[in-house]
Amino acid sequence: MLLHLFAAFVAAATALLIFAGGLVTSTESGLSVPDWPTTYGWFMFTFPLDKMVGGIRYEHSHRLIASVVGFLILVLAVWLWRAEPRRWVRRLGYVALGAVVTQGILGGITVLWFLPDPISIAHAGLAQLVFCLTLSIALATSPGWHRGYPVGNRTLRIIALVTTVVTYVQILVGATMRHTGAGLAIPDFPFAFGRLVPPAWSAPIAIHYAHRVGALVVTVLVLATAGHILYHHRTRGELRRPALLLLAMLSVQLTLGALTVLTGKQYVVNSLHVVAGAVVLGTSLVLTLRAHRPRIEGSGLGAQGSRFRNPLSPIPDPGSRIPELRGMGA
Amino acid sequence: MIINGWEMYMRRVCRVAVVVGMVLLPGAVVACGGGTQESGPSEASAPVTNPVDPATAGNVTGRVMFEGTPPKPSALRMDSDPNCVQQGASATDESVIVGEGGAVQNVFVYVKDGLGSLRFPVPSAPVVLDQKGCRYAPHVLGAQVGQPVEVLNSDPTLHNVHAVPAANQEFNTGQPLPGMKHTHRFSTREVMVPFKCDVHPWMRAYIGVLDHPYFGVTGADGTFRLNGLPPGTYTIEAWHETLGSQTQTVTIGANESRDIAFSLKSTT
Repeated sequence: MLLHLFAAFVAAATALLIFAGGLVTSTESGLSVPDWPTTYGWFMFTFPLDKMVGGIRYEHSHRLIASVVGFLILVLAVWLWRAEPRRWVRRLGYVALGAVVTQGILGGITVLWFLPDPISIAHAGLAQLVFCLTLSIALATSPGWHRGYPVGNRTLRIIALVTTVVTYVQILVGATMRHTGAGLAIPDFPFAFGRLVPPAWSAPIAIHYAHRVGALVVTVLVLATAGHILYHHRTRGELRRPALLLLAMLSVQLTLGALTVLTGKQYVVNSLHVVAGAVVLGTSLVLTLRAHRPRIEGSGLGAQGSRFRNPLSPIPDPGSRIPELRGMGA
Repeated sequence: MIINGWEMYMRRVCRVAVVVGMVLLPGAVVACGGGTQESGPSEASAPVTNPVDPATAGNVTGRVMFEGTPPKPSALRMDSDPNCVQQGASATDESVIVGEGGAVQNVFVYVKDGLGSLRFPVPSAPVVLDQKGCRYAPHVLGAQVGQPVEVLNSDPTLHNVHAVPAANQEFNTGQPLPGMKHTHRFSTREVMVPFKCDVHPWMRAYIGVLDHPYFGVTGADGTFRLNGLPPGTYTIEAWHETLGSQTQTVTIGANESRDIAFSLKSTT
């Protein structure tokens, strides 16, 4: 339980880090600290607080939070290595550690190479993967996951997976839009230059428009996933709750996207849009993993390579409203 | 002593970065700013003597005027750094400065074409770009290819000096202490090279880099003067950061002085 709480804390810290990264881009502070890994020649943790002015506040704070998150993920990986019986969960910890180290190096390179678009976009994309990895670990170590869930149907598994993958692609398109400066390439909302389809095209307009079309696609997929759950699995709390959260976060995210354009990319709104995207992705991922949970644990991945007793047991789920199905997926 | 100590430290950091970079990140040390930088192979292998005969040299003078109603300068918000607020509480935006009678300040006027294959000596004296009151002074300036451009920090706060040229090499270096100096030599002509400070996003400066000495920047009265031109026909360009560019062709004879006028208007 303690491990689960710690993993959940690390996932929350990663979300905060994504918000801090969003602030750096939104305030165009990415190069306000020209050196890396030092800060104006100082060791990162000894940089004087009174020199945290202007854009440095955002960039240096982002580096400090990133260092803390990196350390937390290191602790999490070691903890999993020492205490987690399932090999695939331990591997998630190692992958998360490798990803956060890579993420730090990408962050350094993007500063030293003056924010090249591909590196900056990769930095933004990998941040979401680190968040997804920590969230997956938190989920896999949760009491609910250990108790097991009923076997879901194939439709749910497919639609949830497609929603998660498409949401991630949409986030990558958004990152491309952000880092290529196309955030206001279409200056009006909900129309595009007063029309449904832009009357003229350029690379920034195409990227921006692709992000809007992507938002529509994600909306349809989220509605389909949530609709399917609420119609077919309404009594399953472990699916109903994230489905409702997904609907709520989608509404928040669409509103933030519109406000980002209408406020001329106000930096707090813009950064909240980035982190809300991560929450939508994370919620969809939780749904997907829960829908796939019987296959993940039942495939033998959890048992193979385990050095410990398999802790998975069909303990009844108090959140479930279908007593006859309890524990069947374990 | 503090400056030297800091620069020595930065060099040490860069040396470590080079070693790490060679192992892990090829090219990661590009941004390490030492005290002096040159951007790539220099084109400044110029003759020592001036090829222009002073006995026949002429001048081009002129004035740049604003057409229409000039915009009112907006106040700069510098409250993200308390040091800057103390320095320049009444600072205004410098993107368009129109003085008495419509004179436009900070227009870079230069010979764009007409000098043929003439090569000119590169001055050893540096041009100075100061950071004072959390603004660049001057806002617009010119330098020759290979000439030292000295960027000073006269502020009690820290700045990063970030040049974002298109043809020359980009650089970004930190100046955390007052009195620090960074010298850079540009390797090829470019009109204009923007400078910015990412710590203080309102700070902008522009340097015109040319392979000859015939350039000037309009002052508060909007006038400019290009001295010592050999007889010939020249394309003269007036560049402004927001009002755009204009060119004129002018022919001067031996010892002749020609006066020209530019008229710029808002493009928005």
